[in-house]
Amino acid sequence: MSLAFSRFRVSYQRGEVVLAWAMVSPWLVGFLLLTAFPMIASLVISFFEWNLLSPPEFIGLAHYHKLFFIDPLPMHSLKITVLFSLASIPLNIVFGLAIAMLLNTNIRGLAVFRTIYYLPAILSGVAVAILWQWIFSSDFGLLNTALRVFGIEGPAWLGSKIWVLPAFVIMRLWSVGGGMVIYLAGLQAIPTDLYEAAEIDGANWWQRVFRITLPMLSPTIFFQLITGVIFSMQIFTETFIMTDGGPANASLFYLLYLYRQAFQNFKMGYASALAWVFFVAVLLLTLILFATARFWVYYEAESAEENG
Amino acid sequence: MSSTGVSLSARQIVSKIIVYAILGIGSIVILLPLQWMISTSLKPLSHVFRFPPEFFPQQVIWQNYPDALTQLPFDLYFRNTLVIVILCLIGEVLVSSVVAYAFARLRWRGRNTLFIIVLATMMLPRQVTLIPEFLIFRELGMIDTFGPLILPSFFGNPFYIFLLRQYFLTHSRELDQAAVIDGCSRFGVFWRITLPMSKPVLAAVAIFSFQFHWNDFFRPLIFLFSDDMYTLALGLRFFQGTFGTEWNSLMAVSLVVMLPLIVVFFFTQKYFIQGVVFTGYK
Repeated sequence: MSLAFSRFRVSYQRGEVVLAWAMVSPWLVGFLLLTAFPMIASLVISFFEWNLLSPPEFIGLAHYHKLFFIDPLPMHSLKITVLFSLASIPLNIVFGLAIAMLLNTNIRGLAVFRTIYYLPAILSGVAVAILWQWIFSSDFGLLNTALRVFGIEGPAWLGSKIWVLPAFVIMRLWSVGGGMVIYLAGLQAIPTDLYEAAEIDGANWWQRVFRITLPMLSPTIFFQLITGVIFSMQIFTETFIMTDGGPANASLFYLLYLYRQAFQNFKMGYASALAWVFFVAVLLLTLILFATARFWVYYEAESAEENG
Repeated sequence: MSSTGVSLSARQIVSKIIVYAILGIGSIVILLPLQWMISTSLKPLSHVFRFPPEFFPQQVIWQNYPDALTQLPFDLYFRNTLVIVILCLIGEVLVSSVVAYAFARLRWRGRNTLFIIVLATMMLPRQVTLIPEFLIFRELGMIDTFGPLILPSFFGNPFYIFLLRQYFLTHSRELDQAAVIDGCSRFGVFWRITLPMSKPVLAAVAIFSFQFHWNDFFRPLIFLFSDDMYTLALGLRFFQGTFGTEWNSLMAVSLVVMLPLIVVFFFTQKYFIQGVVFTGYK
């Protein structure tokens, strides 16, 4: 940046500043009206008993007490939602990385393979949920039919307390291509001279993967991990359509429970408390991941400093 | 790359074959659910519950499609969905790019602080604000209208603001400066220079927006009640509730609902993948 430029930077031009505030104002208004105010409002509402019909009644922390100590379902649904995420996210990362690495070996037909693997990632919502409900059908479904080819009699996936969570994990694995295209781009950006140097030094395939590929991709993997947590904790449509939380609440993911309290039972106060606990839970998970980042996420500039 | 003239060793050939085999099997696994969907949608109901199931329909009933689609006011739900999706798309692309330009190219105090807030809201699960949002729209008398589904889009979307800002930052400043010297206003620079130069990323944002609102179920479920206001997602849910085990009809309707997205994907996948890469890989 030239000197003239940096001097330019210190003094703001009035016209430019006015224009800037005008241009960000739609977002700012939206943020204040539909994010900041509702966040505070939902915290306030959580201290009230309110069914929308009679006036709200202040009850202090009673909803939080109920949520943690009396009603068993919030913690149960939080537990299974976290369990689902703990299984789904790593599997999606490992498979996504593996496919990207296979695609990054100078193969022919890269574009065709990439299109095929990416296709399911654009599909989601009710239609996909209905499709997978049919796939998981125990007698006539695709999955158990395919397993029978190998002589395996599959479980009644969505009807089984044990297999219903794995079923959701399998379904989410179908859209592994979403992460895959990102890893592929990351792999293609790694300078080849790193690998050439390693090969000259006699590094084998495993060493190249663990010493070059994964460290170079770690910021990308970290980003996928964070977005993965936020995405998979919010699982709703699939369980709403496919199981309605069953069997015996085995797939009662957190947002389904929140939805029921808010929009079927109209317990606005309790649902707001549930929403805040959810927000704090997601925030904590994200912060834990950020805290681990310095042990495994590799940023070139930073490490150069440490080595130097 | 492979045309360097160096012949491959036997070991390299074997590993190539293994790579193709794994990728090929993987592709089949990925495509099988869609094949299963098409195949089921064309079977007569009696064949749907035949054991062992047929991978390819022995008897093809095209009539399943018109039969299933006329069970719903499909054209009404299609129109409703299209209205919502297109208005959301216009709002999100237009407003997000205006906001992103101010973050990327203009100099003003508070820019960095506000941008950090944009990033933070990107990570915020929307459900935390949902109940007060519902109450606000209720006060405004907008429940059971498209208002709550469309209006938020005209405040911009933090994710797209971020994406567009990153892209605008890559443009050279010299062009902006030259245009200003030639008498173009700052907004004119944005409108006549920055936006036309940003077609790929605008296309990516448009496609993301289309994809999201086309698939969206949660917000229509909460804000729409009358069945003549339903979107395709809600209509499909209703259809499932009524025809729970008629899997051939269910697959036919689901496939028709997915189809516009698949078509858009095939024609725009270049922008799609560029956009995904641009967001996920920094």
